[in-house]
Amino acid sequence: MGKTGKRSIHRRAFVKGIGGVAMVAAVAGFPAIVRARNTGPIRIGVSAIMSGRVAQMGSSSTNGAIMRVDAFNTSGGLNGRMIELIIRDSKGRPDEAARINRDFINRDDCDMILSLEASTGAFAVQEVVRELGTLCMHCLSETSSLTADPKLRTPNAFRSGRQGAHDAISAGSYAASIAKEKSLKKWMTVGPNYAYGHDTTEQFLNYLNHFSPDIELGSQLWPKIFQPDYTDVINKILQEKPDAVFTCLWGGDLSSFIEQGNLYGLFDQAQYFCIALADYTTMAAVKHLPSGIHSGNRYVSTFPGSAPNAAWEAEYVRQFNSRPTNWSWEAALGMQFLIEGIRKTGSSDGNEIAGVLPGMIVNSPFGVDGTITMRAEDQTIVEYGTGWGVTQSTEPFMPNVTPTDWKLIYELEAAWKKEQGYI
Amino acid sequence: MDFSSLIGCVSSASCMVTQSLSGLTIGMLLFLVASGLSLIFGVLKITNFAHGSFYMLGAYFALTVYQVTNNYFLAVCGAALGVGLFGVLFERFLIRRIYGSNVLMQLLLSYAVILILDDIVMLVWGSEFQSMGMPDLFRVPPIRFAGAYIPVFYLFLIVAAFAIAGGLWFLIEKTRFGKVVRAAAHNGEMAAALGINTSLLYSFTLGLGGVLAGLAGGLAAPVRSLVPGMGMSILIESFIVTVIGGMGSIVGAFVSAIVIGLTRSFGGIVMPEFTDGLMFLVMVIVLIVKPTGLFSKGRD
Repeated sequence: MGKTGKRSIHRRAFVKGIGGVAMVAAVAGFPAIVRARNTGPIRIGVSAIMSGRVAQMGSSSTNGAIMRVDAFNTSGGLNGRMIELIIRDSKGRPDEAARINRDFINRDDCDMILSLEASTGAFAVQEVVRELGTLCMHCLSETSSLTADPKLRTPNAFRSGRQGAHDAISAGSYAASIAKEKSLKKWMTVGPNYAYGHDTTEQFLNYLNHFSPDIELGSQLWPKIFQPDYTDVINKILQEKPDAVFTCLWGGDLSSFIEQGNLYGLFDQAQYFCIALADYTTMAAVKHLPSGIHSGNRYVSTFPGSAPNAAWEAEYVRQFNSRPTNWSWEAALGMQFLIEGIRKTGSSDGNEIAGVLPGMIVNSPFGVDGTITMRAEDQTIVEYGTGWGVTQSTEPFMPNVTPTDWKLIYELEAAWKKEQGYI
Repeated sequence: MDFSSLIGCVSSASCMVTQSLSGLTIGMLLFLVASGLSLIFGVLKITNFAHGSFYMLGAYFALTVYQVTNNYFLAVCGAALGVGLFGVLFERFLIRRIYGSNVLMQLLLSYAVILILDDIVMLVWGSEFQSMGMPDLFRVPPIRFAGAYIPVFYLFLIVAAFAIAGGLWFLIEKTRFGKVVRAAAHNGEMAAALGINTSLLYSFTLGLGGVLAGLAGGLAAPVRSLVPGMGMSILIESFIVTVIGGMGSIVGAFVSAIVIGLTRSFGGIVMPEFTDGLMFLVMVIVLIVKPTGLFSKGRD
């Protein structure tokens, strides 16, 4: 056995050593933190859910971002500096999302972060960028508190996705108007049994009651997420015979519910309000989409019904041979804000770009009037197209969407923020 | 707990018909998957944790055949044959290498196959969920019976699954091949010593397990979303069925699949948020009363 004598380190020498390492690191070791690079590619770290059952979220959103980056690079970049996306799979795990984003900043020398995480991942990323000070654009998290709650907000993080609070106001006001028109008194709800399902349903009912206080609420059903069989839910609806059903099921779960409900003629027996149906990858996947289902718009090329929106969808289909999703436009918009910031400052410095993003208005095919604003007060987007329409069984599936008035959204959102103690 | 709703349902003909039919539909699909799992365990003494992925492959194979031929029956047959063939290859090239290994090695290998198959499905069919859609033959209004709505497709599913169960029973209990399978399940080494080609038999058994899982995937494809990873939920339920029925018992799998189907169906009325828990509760009760499962021939 060899000699294993202990070496003692003097405290002062230790402190000196640490100080020296910190200084070297500050100057050269962690350049992303202390200084922006002025040469070489502009690196943007993209963490997304690229595997598992919601891999579509990652693939369709990264596609949206790639379209914007390709256009930027093709036009010459920033004085010849191209954007390089470093895309990594967080597998839908918040701890993995946090680790990946730390690596983007500390190891990969990324200038900024494009977070394509669902809400749980987005909150983990928010804490990383708050600590390290790197510019971050959250694109897909719809949880309002991420930017509405001043305790969670940080000056270097923004959101380019829709918000749950906005959607709830839009849904409640639309559903109440149909309820009055068609005398829909008895309601049921069906939501996936996790935070999103409960929050969305509660917020919807809150605003439905606000606009139409005389509704009666029957059973609230909570099938588990990714449940393959909805027969028990369907049977309960058939037994209870409501006038209207609200559901926030989405994606494959909603598709299964509709396919199985069709077998019972379910959609002829009540009015259905599906907040997440109007996305082509869902509507086109349901092979026999019933006519007359009410849905909030996720992404449809008919709303906003402008030539740029139709052209954007056509270009997406040409490049990726699939239809864009709600997540595609949110990521494309997030990337557009970052690029506009880069152009406006002539720099890839996150701090400088974060300084010009609040209040920025960009031309966008997804804006209700052709523009979208990054609202300064809470660093989130407003004036994007949000509304409700009715399905038809053939393309374009939802030909008309009734837009929700943003004045109404602002008014009720402010009341909600006061209620929550955010303002 | 809403016992009044359950009492109301039991006293209503329409509710009884609806819930019983739902239970049978759920149970029969579970049986097809669980019977393959049980068969493989009975003969090979291998717990095929990748069996849910066989079901997923069956659904995707059926989708592809249906898209090409627009014939649902060909799609189901294609799914059965495709997954059966995959089962044979799985045995020949992978499972064969771990016979006699401990259960951790089985778990490791199966889990690797699950991940690989999920990724292959994603590469070939894409990450988006897909839907086959209801074949035209079954796009008819539901039958009204005793005030209940009975979807024609679900009637077909139940009849088809019963027919498959009957065929499987006949194959195992009444044919020479069945005798060989039972002999190998009882004592593989002795069967080999008596001249039975157990190597071939093992491949065939995994192939047959694959056929059953493929049939389940193909039959369910019109009403379930197809997505990478879809095999995991049915795998867990199939394990519950297999454990309750007794590992290795086809009859046990049949009976316990119906029990689980009806538990889900009627339990959903009393405790809609605890239907999964109810399944486990049934399993726990069975394991306490008869630890080797209801129809196992092993000693408790």
